[in-house]
Amino acid sequence: MELTGAEIIIECLKAEDVEYVFGYPGGAVLHIYDAFYKQDDVKHILVRHEQGATHAADGYARSTGKPGVVLVTSGPGATNAVTGIATAYMDSIPMIVITGQVPKALIGNDAFQEVDSVGITRPIVKHNFLIKDVKDIAKVFKQAFFVATTGRPGPVVIDIPKDITANKVDFKYPEDIKMRSYNPTFKGHPGQIKRAVDIILAAERPMIYTGGGVILGNGSEQLRKFTRKLGYPITQTLMGLGAFPASDKQSLGMLGMHGTYEANMGMHNCDVLIAIGARFDDRVTGNLEKFCPDATIIHVDVDPASISKNVRVDVPIVGEVAQVLNEFNQALEQTEQTPNAAALEKWWQQINEWRSQDCLKYNRESETIKPQFVLEKMFEVTKGSAIVTSDVGQHQMFAAQYYGFDEPRRWINSGGLGTMGFGLPAAMGAQFAHPEDLVMCVTGESSIQMCIQELATCTQYALPLKIINLNNGYMGMVRQWQEFFYDKRYSNSHMNVQPDFTKLAESYGHIGIRVEKPADVVPALEESIAQKDRLVFLDFITDQEENVYPMIPAGAGLNEMILV
Amino acid sequence: MRHIISILLENESGALSRVAGLFSARAYNIESLTVAPTDDSTLSRMTIVTSGTDDIIEQINKQLNKLIDVVKLHDLTEDAHIERELMLIKVQAVGEARDEVKRLVEIFRGHIIDVTDTTYTIEITGNGEKLDAFVEALSTITILEVVRSGLLGISRGDRVLG
Ligand SMILES: Cc1ncc(C[n+]2csc(CCOP(=O)(O)OP(=O)(O)O)c2C)c(N)n1
Repeated sequence: MELTGAEIIIECLKAEDVEYVFGYPGGAVLHIYDAFYKQDDVKHILVRHEQGATHAADGYARSTGKPGVVLVTSGPGATNAVTGIATAYMDSIPMIVITGQVPKALIGNDAFQEVDSVGITRPIVKHNFLIKDVKDIAKVFKQAFFVATTGRPGPVVIDIPKDITANKVDFKYPEDIKMRSYNPTFKGHPGQIKRAVDIILAAERPMIYTGGGVILGNGSEQLRKFTRKLGYPITQTLMGLGAFPASDKQSLGMLGMHGTYEANMGMHNCDVLIAIGARFDDRVTGNLEKFCPDATIIHVDVDPASISKNVRVDVPIVGEVAQVLNEFNQALEQTEQTPNAAALEKWWQQINEWRSQDCLKYNRESETIKPQFVLEKMFEVTKGSAIVTSDVGQHQMFAAQYYGFDEPRRWINSGGLGTMGFGLPAAMGAQFAHPEDLVMCVTGESSIQMCIQELATCTQYALPLKIINLNNGYMGMVRQWQEFFYDKRYSNSHMNVQPDFTKLAESYGHIGIRVEKPADVVPALEESIAQKDRLVFLDFITDQEENVYPMIPAGAGLNEMILV
Repeated sequence: MRHIISILLENESGALSRVAGLFSARAYNIESLTVAPTDDSTLSRMTIVTSGTDDIIEQINKQLNKLIDVVKLHDLTEDAHIERELMLIKVQAVGEARDEVKRLVEIFRGHIIDVTDTTYTIEITGNGEKLDAFVEALSTITILEVVRSGLLGISRGDRVLG
């Protein structure tokens, strides 16, 4: 049967089992919106700003592992989506973004609401397409989902001129797909695996360092088995938290700029570094010249370009993280050789000495609310069971440090791009995907205002999010840098003009609670959770001058931390 | 070090800008870039001359491979290969210069492909060094215009990119 391009798009989404599309209408996509109107297999979620649509789709993807889908109109719809596409790109999140385009005949004419969406998004997508013929829609969608979700995942943009969504053709969704120019590697090289296992077992001061790749590649089970079998210490990046349980004694917590003392010292002093699904980001390595001076480095990653990009590695292994870890685990089963117990015992002694620094201590007796205290109590009250999204700033680091994640896909934040405004819409996406779960957004008074309009979307779809606003009256992270490195010249980082967040939340139909005293923190958290069906906006008035510790200043090595 | 990277890529609109965009976004050098369709009309062959440390060249190769439109690539400078470039050059040819230019063109095995009362247009092929040497040899002659194709390359022997 002949279908219009718009109907074909819906059929493609159905064929890919898409539950939700996050979008916002406009002229160039009206045919598509009309097709949405006539069916209810794929649900359309109306956001209040296209940035919100991309972050919501992103939160959906991060919390499920399935691709998030976005639909926006041409011109300003597409440009508003750019921040969210870049956010997904930097963290390798599978996402399909459908952008409307002016009719084919007008392309290049500076037509109304025309922008070169393919050109604008080229550097921030895994791939993008401009569809020029209704016949190509099905094939392009098949390719787009394939590319977005395999190998190192990432966003894919599909730009569709308006006339093509009205043209008709017979629809048939391709069953399988082969692209001669795209063949991601799945299995690790057997010779390299063997070499790696020999080095791993001979280690005296080993360190396992894992990143977001373990979560994206669903390798958490395999990582647990591997780490426990060896008994080695493990540290995880901001993006990797939850792949290995924070509550396990082998976990040294997060590493990097605001990582723990034991994790960073462990990295600096290790003799074998086992890097898995991590990319040696500058926020993790500190000064590259001083990075892991004594270590033989093994690096497992699905993206060959991540290997030896920033740090030269000794044993590169290209492959899917879960696959390679399976191969490691098999090799460990089969060999007679065991880890060097005596050396390991000494190493753990050293690590425990670093641990005894208690680098995350803070003033628990404070009269003002400490942000760390809110996170600690939030962990206790929820028993660590919430899906937590965050915005960007000090609150993000505090959440990573004080809310221990034991499971993957429960911690959702913008690590690579560091996009303020991410937290609230990402929480919406996670809540759509997990309607029964407790979804909490940890934010700051500055970040939350960047996508605050999405509170209306939450009302429309009755999303019972809990918003934990750590209100320090400053762009705290900016203020911290200005305190440390600019002699306390707080240039434009004071956020003293604010809305009354409780009233603001109420005006959208939500519950707002302002919390000013430490003693009220737990009751307020409990009250918010008791409100099962309502969004509760908790405005915690926190210590204005608290800083995130430990901290590695720019240019320093991992062993040169500023401690409290 | 100078490298010549030969690439087979999908003959799609936008493929060229993906490659060019990669080089500018990551601040890699491009000395020259040539591209044209091959005998298979769905494929283009591109030759890029670039330079950088070994680490940078490794990244360039990996990042190019990551582009979905790139089907295959090979760093020709890794083994024996042939380099060719075409130059069209228009010079003033009056008086004694007319004979002098003709002699030089013969020595360099070029051709004069267009003639007026006052000018010659010369076609010459070779590797970059030869073309440079020819321009050098014309030092007493007035050069009006130089057009170079950028480098093309192919492996020696039976090795093929395909
Ligand atoms: C869109 C965007 N603009 C600017 C920044 C730079 N920036 C990083 S953290 C920060 C301050 C965030 O303040 P707030 O949300 O109040 O969180 P806090 O640090 O106080 O916890 C800023 C401005 C950013 N990350 N994203």
